[in-house]
Amino acid sequence: MNSLLPYIPALPLFGFVILSLFGRRLSKPVTAWLGAGTVCIAALITITVALAFLQTTPPGGAYSQLLWSWFTVGNLSVDISLRVDALTLVFIFIITFVGALIHIYSAFFMWHDRDMARFFASMNLFVCSMLLLVMADNLVLMYLGWEGVGLCSYLLIGFWYEVPSNSRAANKAFLITRIGDTALLIGLFLLFKELGTLNMNAILQEAPRHFTTGGSNIVLITVLLLVGGMGKSAQIPLQTWLPDAMAGPSPVSALIHAATMVTAGVYLIARMHGLFQLSPVTMAIVAIVGAITLLVAGCSALAQTDIKRILAYSTISQIGYMFLALGVGAWSAAVFHFFTHAFFKALLFLAAGVVIEALHHEHNIFMMGGLRKRMPEVFITFLAGAAALSALPLVSAGFFSKDAILWYSWSSAGGSALLWFMALVGAFITALYSTRLMLVVFWGDMKTPVHQQPDRGMVIPLVILAFFSITAGFIEWPHNMIHLSLFSDHVQQVLPGTVMKENLPPEWLFQAIAAVVTLLGVYLGITLYYGKSGVRWQQSPPLAATREFFFSGWKFDQLYNFIFVKPFLFLTRINKSDVIDRMYNGIAQASLRLNGWFSVSQNGSLRLYIVGVLAGILFIITLQLLL
Amino acid sequence: MILVLMIGVLLVGGLSCWLVAQRYPLMGRWIALIAVIIAFLLPVGWYIQHAPGITAVGKNWLIDYQVNWIPAFGISFHLAMDGLSFILILLTFLLGALSVLCSWNEIREKTGFYFFNLLWTLAGIAGVFVAMDLFLFYFFWEVMLVPMYFLIAIWGDFNRRYAAYKFFIFTQTGGLLMLLAILALYFIHGQQSGGQYTFDYFALLNTTFSNDVTARWIMLGFLIAFVIKLPMVPLHNWLPDAHSEAPTAGSLILAGLLLKTGAYGIIRFVLPLFPEASASIAWWAMLLGVVGIVYGALLAFAQTDLKRLIAYTSVSHMGFVLLGVFAFREIALQGVVMQLLTHGVSTGALFVLAGMLKERLHTRDINHMGGLWTAMPHMGALAMVFVMASLGLPFLGNFIAEFLILLGAFDVSPVLAIIASAGLVLSALYSLRIMQKVFQGQLQPISEQPRDLSVREWIIMACLTAAIIFLGLYPQPVFDVVKGALITSYQLPVAGGFN
Repeated sequence: MNSLLPYIPALPLFGFVILSLFGRRLSKPVTAWLGAGTVCIAALITITVALAFLQTTPPGGAYSQLLWSWFTVGNLSVDISLRVDALTLVFIFIITFVGALIHIYSAFFMWHDRDMARFFASMNLFVCSMLLLVMADNLVLMYLGWEGVGLCSYLLIGFWYEVPSNSRAANKAFLITRIGDTALLIGLFLLFKELGTLNMNAILQEAPRHFTTGGSNIVLITVLLLVGGMGKSAQIPLQTWLPDAMAGPSPVSALIHAATMVTAGVYLIARMHGLFQLSPVTMAIVAIVGAITLLVAGCSALAQTDIKRILAYSTISQIGYMFLALGVGAWSAAVFHFFTHAFFKALLFLAAGVVIEALHHEHNIFMMGGLRKRMPEVFITFLAGAAALSALPLVSAGFFSKDAILWYSWSSAGGSALLWFMALVGAFITALYSTRLMLVVFWGDMKTPVHQQPDRGMVIPLVILAFFSITAGFIEWPHNMIHLSLFSDHVQQVLPGTVMKENLPPEWLFQAIAAVVTLLGVYLGITLYYGKSGVRWQQSPPLAATREFFFSGWKFDQLYNFIFVKPFLFLTRINKSDVIDRMYNGIAQASLRLNGWFSVSQNGSLRLYIVGVLAGILFIITLQLLL
Repeated sequence: MILVLMIGVLLVGGLSCWLVAQRYPLMGRWIALIAVIIAFLLPVGWYIQHAPGITAVGKNWLIDYQVNWIPAFGISFHLAMDGLSFILILLTFLLGALSVLCSWNEIREKTGFYFFNLLWTLAGIAGVFVAMDLFLFYFFWEVMLVPMYFLIAIWGDFNRRYAAYKFFIFTQTGGLLMLLAILALYFIHGQQSGGQYTFDYFALLNTTFSNDVTARWIMLGFLIAFVIKLPMVPLHNWLPDAHSEAPTAGSLILAGLLLKTGAYGIIRFVLPLFPEASASIAWWAMLLGVVGIVYGALLAFAQTDLKRLIAYTSVSHMGFVLLGVFAFREIALQGVVMQLLTHGVSTGALFVLAGMLKERLHTRDINHMGGLWTAMPHMGALAMVFVMASLGLPFLGNFIAEFLILLGAFDVSPVLAIIASAGLVLSALYSLRIMQKVFQGQLQPISEQPRDLSVREWIIMACLTAAIIFLGLYPQPVFDVVKGALITSYQLPVAGGFN
């Protein structure tokens, strides 16, 4: 099995190399087969590895394979070396499996695009980088993957580069995540200074011996790692890039900005759990950041009109749940929510892509409507996705993962009533905006005619994802219902179990409250949006102002524009011609002026020269006499 | 002997370019290309023969060649090569060959004299990297300057006269200080060793200074000459003008090679000759390095002239060199050597691209560009590679360099390293701006559709791309080759102090 590992990232890399070198000469079918085929084979290999792993856990709990020694300098030695343990296995399964479905879908979705080869080259490079990110056995290689996915995200957001706003969105995404990345890098420097190694296993083993719990260094390191994660995972205050990132093609949003890359922060924190456990302060910050993010983004999702922006804010909000779970120490619940979220959010984005294509690139949900009858397959799959997103009890995968997070946000040692309440309000909002989205798009009058039905090849991935959006939750049941915990048993080979409080209220009470709140959200959505063509209740001034505030994403963009962008532009503009150059020009000017003065004496008048000589002689003689 | 041949080929090749081109103007470029390729193959061939020995510990000096020149003054013709020189010489001839190729059609007037100057500059640079006699070193230092002055002043752009003067005055001021410092060192050593006056590098290494002040002043003489070349803020002002006005090959050589002589000088002369003195100013030098990183990046972001923009990125990247050298850590110094190579390749490539754009669009103003990816997808993709290299993306060599420098510097001064890391965000700002302004957006209506890369241009870019990816994914050979040389240069200041 070890020897199979390199092929998983190498296959997409191969696709990237061929497509980027010869992409323009290849025919469309070859491009599609190469682009999607490499990822599909990688997915098959991953499933083989996963089955072998599940049958017999390998020695040490991980498969590993050293490829080559990257560099050895001084006391730093970094290898290109892959390692797959139980946690990584979950991630590579999602990356390759969901990735393969999205690639198949893309083969049809991008068929008519002029730059299909460039699209698949970037997508393949993305899959390769993302796999390296989660398979790396040291933090430097992980950072390579980390930056690689950032690059691909940039390339694909700006895929349709001719529209200036797209390339602006791409730049914004790259820059904001770069801020987080730089914090992460500084965290690595500090880790290396403290521990003298950047190998993940060595770090996790050394850390408890080296650091005291809550010491300033470990707090600093974990906060820096957290900022890195917040950038990639679009958590407040570094979340503003993700809604704009929807400028990319829909499969990109599904793969990069929903299922995989944006959860890199979750992976990082889960992977470095040993460090975070040593710093309770950081854990609390993680939980609070997650809780605030899930509320802020949820409210913004309520007010959006662009179907993809609704889903984008929803993604930020759902990742907020994962951060909340990480922060309260519910490690496996966080990873489980990543697992289910990848299916249903990828599904929602792909289905949204179909809808947008069918309606002549219409993004505004209020220009849609009535699609239930016209696009039944899309309707049913979208319904499955929306149900999972709003966590409908028992019939959706989202319920199982979100219910666990709600429960732990109260009951775990790091949990509290406030966190639980915020998560609960978030669940209500999620159900509300999911219902709104469903009703406005699929019910009511048709406002834009459907001009094409999706290809079969696009529907099949939707159906598969819809199947998993309903069933993926069944592998992990709440403790008080059925004793089936395949998922947490699996990841707890790597991640620690959750420490619980004592004297807790019964779990069923929480489940009942969560279920009721979710259904209330759905109910409110139905009363507000079902059958109502106009939205008159939104017109009252205070509501309109609130709506505008939420619509703009809580004015974060305006704020950053004011604090950072404008001063920066001003500063660089006034110094465009380099103030230091003035100094040298001044020296040059002064020399010229002196030259002007002295050249007066060089006027060719012999009499003046003689006077000068005599004056000089007189001066010297006087000096001689005086001294 | 191989070192003499290598430099001799260039000098003779340059002369014959000049002579032959009097009659056959198109022959000059072929002679130049062949001469540089021969010069490139000489050390490569030598390396293939001696590959196993080169990484062996303890034997730093791979080639040593010495004959008497002016024995009365203790001047000898002493060339020697260690791992550091070897790597830099390879870079010199690689970029040298590419600079001949990218002048192929660009230069239409006085081609013979042009290639004469080009080859003599290269000879001077190669000489600087191997001269082990300070008088000879100074000689080569001037040999590389004067032809470069002509390259800018004759074949440069609109404002070439101003740029050439500025370049010459700045570097010559530094050169003068260095000459004074060399002479001071010569006399101090001569008096100490009882009349053994010599310019030989290895002999001068044994000089001891009776008081710190003397050592400090002499060290500053060398250092200022080198940091003007590097360049260090606030002595950088010659660079944007010279780079933007020079012809493409001139910019390539300036950015890729000439700046490296400054860094080389610091590693070869300042650190080993004045260990205590340089340790005592280390913090200030690191500070100025960091200032350069940030200041250069801010200025780069503001520029609208593409070549000027790239020129300021050099100021920013060379700040990392200063930071790394004076961190006194092996990791950082290895990063510095890597930075010299990768900056040479990546910034060189950006200048070559800017030259190609200028050839096609007849402008350097990025506000007059836009949407060029549509017209030239290949050039767009290659530009993406080097823009990413310049912002330090892993996979590509620059990341390794900056990572190691920052890692080493962090051990010494976390605060400075953190501010320098902010340079990574700033580098993303200016780098992405290049892509956005030049290649993204709507294609501007132009009368004549620019054509994509020609075969010759492909060869240039393919070499540079292969080099930058190789350095990013398998940099170890470079580290192995230079390790011995670097450790010697640090031995004195931190005897046993580093690991």
